Amino acid sequence: MSKRVLYLIPLAVFLAMAAYFWRGLGTNPQTIPSVLIDTPVPAFSLPPIDGRDVGLSSDDLKGQVSLVNIFGSWCVACRIEHPFLMELRASDTVPIHGIDWREKNRQAGPSWLARHGDPYTLTGDDPDSKAAIAFGVTGAPETFIVDANGVIRYKQIGPITADIWKNQLWPIVQKLRGE
Amino acid sequence: MTVELGHFSLVLALVVALVQGTIPLLGAHRNDHDLMMVARTAAIAQMLLVGIAFAALVHAYMVSDFSVRSVVMNSNSLKPMLYKISGTWGNHEGSMLLWVLILAVFGGVLAWFGGSLPPALKARALAVQAWLAFGFYLFILLTSNPFERLVPPAVDGRGLNPLLQDPGLAFHPPFLYLGYVGFSMAFSFAIAALIEGRVDAAWARWVRPWTLVAWVFLTIGITLGAWWAYYELGWGGWWYWDPVENASFMPWLAGTALLHSAIVVEKRDALKGWTVFLAIVTFGLSLLGTFLVRSGVLTSVHAFAVDPARGVFILALLLIIIGGSFALFAWRGPSLKGGGLFQPISREGGLLLNNLLLSVAAAAVLVGTLYPLVYQAITDGKISVGPPFFNAVFVPLMAPLLVAMAVGPLLPWKRGDLSPALRRLWVAAVAVLGVTAVVWSQVTDMSLFGFLGMALAAWLLVGTLVELAGRIRLFRAPITDSLRRLARLPRSALGMTLAHAGLAIAIAGMAGAGAWKIERIQVMAPGDTVTVAGFTYTFEGAQPTRGPNYIATRGTFTVTRNGKPVATLEAEKRRYPVEKRETTEAAIHPTFWGDLYVVIGDQKNTDGAHVTRIYFNPMIGWLWAGVAVMVIGGAVSLSDRRHRVGAPSRRRADVFGGATARS
Amino acid sequence: MAWLAPSLAVEPDEVLADPTLESRARGISQGLRCLVCQNQSIDDSDAELARDLRLLVRERLVAGDDDQQVIDYIVSRYGDFVLLKPPFKLATLALWAAPAVILLVAGVAVFLYYRQSATAGGAEAAPAPLSQAEQQRLETILRDRDVSS
Repeated sequence: MSKRVLYLIPLAVFLAMAAYFWRGLGTNPQTIPSVLIDTPVPAFSLPPIDGRDVGLSSDDLKGQVSLVNIFGSWCVACRIEHPFLMELRASDTVPIHGIDWREKNRQAGPSWLARHGDPYTLTGDDPDSKAAIAFGVTGAPETFIVDANGVIRYKQIGPITADIWKNQLWPIVQKLRGE
Repeated sequence: MTVELGHFSLVLALVVALVQGTIPLLGAHRNDHDLMMVARTAAIAQMLLVGIAFAALVHAYMVSDFSVRSVVMNSNSLKPMLYKISGTWGNHEGSMLLWVLILAVFGGVLAWFGGSLPPALKARALAVQAWLAFGFYLFILLTSNPFERLVPPAVDGRGLNPLLQDPGLAFHPPFLYLGYVGFSMAFSFAIAALIEGRVDAAWARWVRPWTLVAWVFLTIGITLGAWWAYYELGWGGWWYWDPVENASFMPWLAGTALLHSAIVVEKRDALKGWTVFLAIVTFGLSLLGTFLVRSGVLTSVHAFAVDPARGVFILALLLIIIGGSFALFAWRGPSLKGGGLFQPISREGGLLLNNLLLSVAAAAVLVGTLYPLVYQAITDGKISVGPPFFNAVFVPLMAPLLVAMAVGPLLPWKRGDLSPALRRLWVAAVAVLGVTAVVWSQVTDMSLFGFLGMALAAWLLVGTLVELAGRIRLFRAPITDSLRRLARLPRSALGMTLAHAGLAIAIAGMAGAGAWKIERIQVMAPGDTVTVAGFTYTFEGAQPTRGPNYIATRGTFTVTRNGKPVATLEAEKRRYPVEKRETTEAAIHPTFWGDLYVVIGDQKNTDGAHVTRIYFNPMIGWLWAGVAVMVIGGAVSLSDRRHRVGAPSRRRADVFGGATARS
Repeated sequence: MAWLAPSLAVEPDEVLADPTLESRARGISQGLRCLVCQNQSIDDSDAELARDLRLLVRERLVAGDDDQQVIDYIVSRYGDFVLLKPPFKLATLALWAAPAVILLVAGVAVFLYYRQSATAGGAEAAPAPLSQAEQQRLETILRDRDVSS
C-alpha cells in the first residue's frame, strides 16, 4: 500500500508544478511591482530644467494629491502618452509634476516640451538618474500617485491612456482626496 | 505553391500520426501482426511528409519568399545563404517544425531499422511516438503555422537578430533538439514497457543506445550554446544559469543519470521502476524546456517572442504527456519487480550514488529555475534566482560525485571492498597534491572554487586512467600485451574511460576560467600598449570595414610576449542596419593555457582612441576540448556491437540473419 | 530608434582610481540584477539603467558606505528582485532548504532500498518468464557479447 503512494508522488509534484505554470502564464515577467507603495516619497531636490527657475523637490509633493511623471525626450512611449497628459492639464483635474530623466544635453527636455506642450506644474531635471533610482524607476514613462501627505500610493508602468486613467488612476485619485 | 505543399504535407502527417497512434496499439493488444506493422509504414510515411514540409519551408527561406509571414519576420534578402537557411529554425514557428521533423526522423529510423525488437514493444513505442507527434503537429497547425501567407507580400524581410547570425548558433538548435527529442525514444520505450508491464535486461539494452545518441547530441548542443555565448556576447562568460540554459541542462543531468541506471537494469536486473521513471522525467524535462522558452512564464536572455495562447496549448500538452505518463507510472510502476541485489559498496552502488547526486542536482536546478513563479504566487512580489544560488547548491553536489566517479568503476559488481580500490588510487591522490601545489605557485588569487575544481579534475582524470591501466594490465604485463588488450577493449568500456576523462578535462577548464579570469578595461589610442597576464597588447588602430549585411569597425592588436610576437588579433564591432542592432566580434587567440580575448568598444574621441576590453581566460580551451572528448567517448560507446541491438545498424541484421531480425 | 547593442558593460570612465574600491564595486554589481535586461547582472549589462546603478554603487562606496549599505539602498528602491542571490527569509525558505531536503529524502530512500533488499535476502522476485522466441534472441545477444569482449 505504502509503495503505491510512493509511485503517486511524481504525479502529485508535477500537477502542483503545472498549477504554478498556469498562474505564471497570465503575468508578465518583465513588470516588477514597486516596493515603494505606501512609503513616503524619497527625499530629493532636483534643479529646474534649462531656462526655468523652479525645480522639483520632495517637499513640493505635500499638501495635495498629485501625479509624478517620469519622462524624457528620448522616450518613444512618452510621446504616445503626451497628448493625454496635455488633456489632463487642460481639464485641470490634478497637478502633474514632471521628472525629466536622463537627457543627453540640457536643451533636449525643454525643447521637447516646447514642441509638444508642457503638461507639468513643476519640472525637475534628473540627468544622472538620482531621483529616478530613488523612485525605483526602470523605464519611462512611469507615473506615481502621491497623496496629500507625500506618500506614494500607486505606480503606473507605461503610458497612461484615457482608458487606464478612467478605470485605474482616476478612482484612486478620487479616493485619496476623500481621505 | 511549394509552401502550400509543405502545409498540406504537415496536415497529412497529422492524419498519419493519428493512424499510427491507434491501430498498432490495437494490434499489440490483439497480437495481430498486420495491424502492428501499420506502425512501420506510418512512421516512415510521417518522416517523409514532415521532411517535405520542412524542405518546403527551407526553400521559402532560401529563395526569400516574402509572401510567407515567417520569412518576412525573420529573414532578409541580403543575408548570407547559411543564415537564410539557419533562419528557418531561428524563430518559434520554424524551430517547432524542426522539432517535429526530428521526432519523425527518430520514429522513422526506429521503424526502419528496429527489426530485432519484439513486435509488440516496437508497435507500442511507435504508437507513443505518434501521439507525441500528433500533439505537436496540432500545436504547430493551430497556433504557430510557419506556412502562413502574408497578403500582400512584403518587399523585403525584417532580418534575423544578428546575434543569431553565427555558425555556432546556426547549429546550436538542431543539436539541442536532436538531444531533447532523442530522449523521446527512451520515453516511448518506457511507456511501452509500462503498458506491457515488463522491463528486462533486453529492454535496457534497447533503450541505452537511443539514450546515448540523445545524450551525445544534447551535450554538443549545450556546448555549442556555451561556446557561442563565450565568443559572441563579448564578456568572456559561457554559462549564466539562465532559465533557458537550465532548461537544457536539466534533461542533460537526468539523461546522464538514465544512461547509468540503464546499465544496472541491463547487467543486474535492478532499479527498473527508477529507470522507467528517469526515462519519463528526462523527456519531461526536455518538454519543460520547450515550454519555458515559448510561454513567457520566466524571463530569459534566450526566449522566443512570447505568446500566452501558445503557452496555454503547450501547458495542456505537458499536462497530457507528462501527467498522463506519471499516472500510468503510478498505476503500473509498482508491478515492476527488481531482481538483482547488491551492497552499497559495489559497482551498482556507485551507479546508484551517481543517480542520487545527479537527480538531486537536476531537482535543485528545477527548484531554482521555477522558484520565481512559486514566490510570486505566495507573496505577490518578485524574486530573482541567479548564479549565486545555483553555484552554492550545484558545486557541493557535484564535488562528491566527481570523487566517487574515480572510485566506482574500480569496484566489482554486487559486493565490493573500498580499501583495495582506494589503494589503487594512490596515484590520483599524488596527482591532486601535485596539481594543487603547481596551481598554488602560479596564481595570486586564492579561489577555493578554483582549487577545488583543479583538484577534482586531477583526481578524476588520473583515477580514470588508473582504471584503464588496470584493464589493460599496464606495467604489469609486457607493453605489447597491454596494447593488444587496449585494442581489444570493449568499445563501451573505452567510451566510459573517454567520457569520464573528458569530463575531468572540462572541469579543469571550468575551474580555471571561472576562478582566474583576468579583465582589463581601458581607452587605447593607436600605439598604446597594455599588458595582461604577461602578454603585451599594442593597439594598431581601427578601420571601417563592411560585410554582406553589416558595417563594422575593425580594431587591430598585435600581441607580444617578452618581445616575441605571439599573434595579431582583429576584433570587430558590427552594425546591422536592417535589424538595427550591434554585435561585438571578439578576437580570440587560443593557447594551451588560456585564451587571449580582445573586444573593441566605442570610439572615445577623434584621435582614433577606442574603448578596449582585454581578457585572459585561463584554460577555457580545456572546457571545449574536454567536452569534445566526452562526445567522442559517447560515439565510441555507441559503436560497441552490443549497443547496436535495437539501434540503427545494417550490420546487426547480418548478425541475426535477416529472417529473425525482421520477424 | 534605439539601437540594441551587445553587452559592453563597464566603461573605462566609470572605473574608480582606488583598486580596492573598484573591486568591491565590481563584486556588488555582479550580485545585482539588471532590471531592464532579460537576465543579466548590472556588471554585464550595457543598459543605461545598469550604468546608472553602477555609477551609484561607486558613488556610495566613495562616500564611505559599506557593501551592505549600498546593496540595502538599492533593494529599498527596487525590492528583492534586484538581488541575484535570493535573500534568506520566510518566503525563500523553501528555495534554500529544497536542495538539502531533496538530498535527505533521496538519501533516506536509497538507505531504505538497501535495507529492504538486505532483509529480502535471497528471495529474488522472479522476472516474468521469457517467451521461447525472446529466450532465443537473448541467447544470441549474449553470445554476441562474448564474441566482442
